[in-house]
Amino acid sequence: MKENGKVTNIFLSGVGGQGTILASNILAEVFLKAGYDVKKSEVHGMAQRGGDVTTRFRFGKKVYSPLIKYGDVDYLISFEMLEAARYINWVKPEGKIIINKQEILPPAVSLGQIEYPKDIEKMFKKYFKDNVWIFNGQEIARKLGNIQAANVVLVGAFSNFFPEFKEEQWTDAIKELLAAKLHELNIQAFYEGRKALQG
Amino acid sequence: MKKILQGNEAVARGAWEAGVTVGCAYPGIPSSKIMAELSKYKEIYTEWSPNEKVAVEVAHGASLAGGKAIACMKHVGLNVAADPLMTIAYTGVKGGFVIVVADDPGQHSSQNEQDSRHWTRFGKVPMLEPADSEECKDFTKIAFEISERFDTPVLLRGETRVSHCDSTLELGERKESTVQRGLDQKETPKLVMVPMYARVRRVAVEERITKLAAYADTEFPYNSMEINDPSIGFISSGVSYLYTKEVFPRYSFLKLGMVWPLPRNMIAEFFKKVKKVIVVEELDPFFETEIKAMGYKVWHGKDLIPAIGELSPSIVEQSLTKAVERKSYKAPKVRIKPEDLPRRPPNLCAGCSHRPLFYALKKLGLYVFGDIGCYALAVAPLLSAMHALTCMAACVGGAYGAGKVLGDSTFLHGGIGPLMDAVYNKGYSTTLILDNRITAMTGQQEHPGTGYTIQSEPASMIDYEQLARAVGVKHVKKVDPYKVKETMEVIREEVNRDDASVIITENSLCILLRRAKPLEKFKNPFYGVDTEKCRNCKVCLEINCPAISWQEGEGQTKDGHKRKGTGFINKDQCVGCEVCAQICKFEAIVPGTK
Repeated sequence: MKENGKVTNIFLSGVGGQGTILASNILAEVFLKAGYDVKKSEVHGMAQRGGDVTTRFRFGKKVYSPLIKYGDVDYLISFEMLEAARYINWVKPEGKIIINKQEILPPAVSLGQIEYPKDIEKMFKKYFKDNVWIFNGQEIARKLGNIQAANVVLVGAFSNFFPEFKEEQWTDAIKELLAAKLHELNIQAFYEGRKALQG
Repeated sequence: MKKILQGNEAVARGAWEAGVTVGCAYPGIPSSKIMAELSKYKEIYTEWSPNEKVAVEVAHGASLAGGKAIACMKHVGLNVAADPLMTIAYTGVKGGFVIVVADDPGQHSSQNEQDSRHWTRFGKVPMLEPADSEECKDFTKIAFEISERFDTPVLLRGETRVSHCDSTLELGERKESTVQRGLDQKETPKLVMVPMYARVRRVAVEERITKLAAYADTEFPYNSMEINDPSIGFISSGVSYLYTKEVFPRYSFLKLGMVWPLPRNMIAEFFKKVKKVIVVEELDPFFETEIKAMGYKVWHGKDLIPAIGELSPSIVEQSLTKAVERKSYKAPKVRIKPEDLPRRPPNLCAGCSHRPLFYALKKLGLYVFGDIGCYALAVAPLLSAMHALTCMAACVGGAYGAGKVLGDSTFLHGGIGPLMDAVYNKGYSTTLILDNRITAMTGQQEHPGTGYTIQSEPASMIDYEQLARAVGVKHVKKVDPYKVKETMEVIREEVNRDDASVIITENSLCILLRRAKPLEKFKNPFYGVDTEKCRNCKVCLEINCPAISWQEGEGQTKDGHKRKGTGFINKDQCVGCEVCAQICKFEAIVPGTK
């Protein structure tokens, strides 16, 4: 465990069905095993019905609040472009951002009443410069044979920010949380995501 | 070794460690997962009860027979269970009896935002409020001790940011109950609440709350004082305490693990030790009102902190920074106005059987009394097919009371009574029972109409038709909602009767109910738009299907109709339910090819 006292804030956002909760469970498992105090908060219910879904995950020596203060996010991990934009104000100026380059149309856009925002990537680059990584995790997962694994691709990308952790710490967590038949696919997804952000 | 558990899982673990033998619940977010977790422990009988009142009654029965019992529900569930609760407060318990009630500040998935703490004072029973998973487990265990020692049901308050929050704890071992099993006929005067006996118990209730207040002051280990900087002292509980501790760690705190009764001496001591007191609590000024009534001066509370919606560290900081730190709150930089972005409300799943049913109701121009559950999403434009909704099963009575209208129902929860009323009092409402064979919205729980128990064992299954006929409904019809035209004809016929009628949907399994393979009934895996035929009438958009969108683009059909765009079906999302193909007037929606 490094840094005493400081709590690190991770905000995950996406659309119901994209697997944000599993992704955050993997993070929780890894940081718990590494000796940190962890807290995680999410809202269920609408999660499977295409609504927006957020999870807040915090780790540190001692964590009090399960919720993150507005403007205090260290890492934003988003599974969808619009759901990244929705929380851009929450990120610290020096915060790091990983986004899955996927657009899922909300109802008003489907109906042609409003346009899907076009300049999301540009906006993130403007405020966060080189601390933004946007890549197509879904395409990587599709190539592996299951688009559902895009969430673990993003976890793989995120793992690069913690070079002090061994790869096995992540893959062990994946094994612990998923049924055996899903191990191979998801561990591959993890490695592909890890490579994607390095390259 | 430390484990990470969700608050709900921790309550279940605490109940198991405490030696619980019976658990009953009706699912309701954010409490649903407690019973699902508890059902995994083989030592415990668990059930999904048809509603919260039944859950409390079954659990209380188990307690009277000497078992430790737990009943779980969301905040509005305790309204349903209030009748038994208010008198179980008189009869007391034998085996420990804990009722978990989980609030939903901010109304993430609820029809109202009531503050359940009021039940504790109203019902004259103690209430504990944990802040994180460790406390969820510890407080559940001590709740059983309090229950047995003071012969009282104990309320344990959950809420979204505790029940659905994961945090760390140490697991313990199970300790079997030492309470003697069996019923005792000699206890009659304590348990039969006829007026003669109830008046005696009425006195016992007051004596008990006095003893509990003394216990809260002297023995209960989770009311705690932290005296740091004494210039300001915060009185708080649950997750509000964690938010405040996060934002203003250097000041003093009185953290109340027991919401009621309050530790009067401890509060007096705290007021002596700190200069100024701020009360931080979510929703109503419950503590603030009580503490003011004791004669103390509360420096700040609901004058600065919102009483509507959930709190957060940001809201605590915004509300109190000026008073506490004598500097103004500096908001972080706004890079985008979130209100300018398209919202993303939840929607019925692609292929859901509620979609065609509500489309049929809409096309018939009917006024629909709706109910709690996924189908409430039918209120969203453009489907816009629900017009009134209050609480579970209220639609059946509402429809009868209003005259010629319709209700669909969370039927088994409480719909049978009002259906009887409609028949008995010669009503002519039409009740629709949307039978998707699961409690879908709360995450797929069984109920008496699914044919399975909480442990996934086969069980008897309600026959809605026989049930409706047994209460006297003469006209009971079944429809397949995926056949839109036929469904409309049946509904039209039934709503035009002068008698009460019931329509039950069949072939309408929840699309998420994996064990029943609901997608196999669809002939084609997905559909697509034939752009040679699409005239851009946009009828397909009216069903709010997540797979269907509109694409702009000048063009024309094969037979020369000019248009400014077409419908588009995303084949990754389409499951092939064919409803859009049925309602398209130009045969422009066709089975897709890979």
